[in-house]
Amino acid sequence: LRPADPKKVSGELFTLTYGSLVAQLLKDYENVDDVNRQLERMGYNIGMRLIEDFLARANPGRCYDLRDTADKIQQAFKLYLGVSPSIGSWNPGGDEFSVVLETNPLAEFVELPDHCLGLRYSNILAGIIRGACEMVQMEVMAWFIADQLKGDNVTEIRIKFVKRLEDAIPAGED
Amino acid sequence: MAEEAVFDLVHMEAVSYVFQGEKISEDEAVAKLEHMGFATGYRLVERLTRESGRFKDELDIMKYICKDLWVTVYKKQIDNLRTNHQGVYVLHDNRFRFLSRMAAGKQYLQYAPRYLAFTCGLVRGCLANLGITCVVTAEVTQLPACKFQIQVQRG
Repeated sequence: LRPADPKKVSGELFTLTYGSLVAQLLKDYENVDDVNRQLERMGYNIGMRLIEDFLARANPGRCYDLRDTADKIQQAFKLYLGVSPSIGSWNPGGDEFSVVLETNPLAEFVELPDHCLGLRYSNILAGIIRGACEMVQMEVMAWFIADQLKGDNVTEIRIKFVKRLEDAIPAGED
Repeated sequence: MAEEAVFDLVHMEAVSYVFQGEKISEDEAVAKLEHMGFATGYRLVERLTRESGRFKDELDIMKYICKDLWVTVYKKQIDNLRTNHQGVYVLHDNRFRFLSRMAAGKQYLQYAPRYLAFTCGLVRGCLANLGITCVVTAEVTQLPACKFQIQVQRG
């Protein structure tokens, strides 16, 4: 009585749990904008905690520029979701880039019904990125610009660097 | 893959989400968590048992829950399974993962049941899909230990 691939299945556990959570939010809120906002907020809370796990587990070292940060985000996707997104579409100013997922594990078993087309199903990921970066003194914006659930070829998250959060550093440490 | 960290955090967010706001009663919030667990368990077990052989009997299914399912979800086995052979099964977990990060002692004991509701649903969902209708309740004895009681509904 062994599952074919226990590792794969426990990834599915996360995917299915997330699906149940989104379904519950859709039941609780009247419009999808509120669901999107709630998912982002949950992601933000998760990101704030997950970054500590990431720092402990992956020992990623210091980021010297946004390209470093992009690499670390890529590494985190590999570690926590088992997928390797590509990084690209840098803007000329070098403060904005895309994380492109060929397959989105969160959306593996999902099909959006017609009344949910405004739903950003995986919005929790955008929140996680924002929350995690904030804990390492970076304010970023993260949002979806393409989603396979809406018929796009890839799932693409855009990330924009806003500013360094200087004030949050405790006195005497820099 | 380190997905268990994300799973733990998503579960924590689900718990804090259902308990936010003042309009909602404790029972309603617990029911929502239980429902999320049920939906998850019902689908999960279908995938987990895709390649397994047929189960011999009810006890065999319970052993499956205690071993394979628990290892997949909580990275450990149930520590003790007891049954009265009349449809009641009690599963003891001496160190339940969702409770293992809570401070031991009495201070937060009252909040502990919130972290068991999802799992009660998960177990009920798994069993439902394996053809067993039941009621699952949980009780915290001393953090981080807890026990789940499964009462099979017959007829």
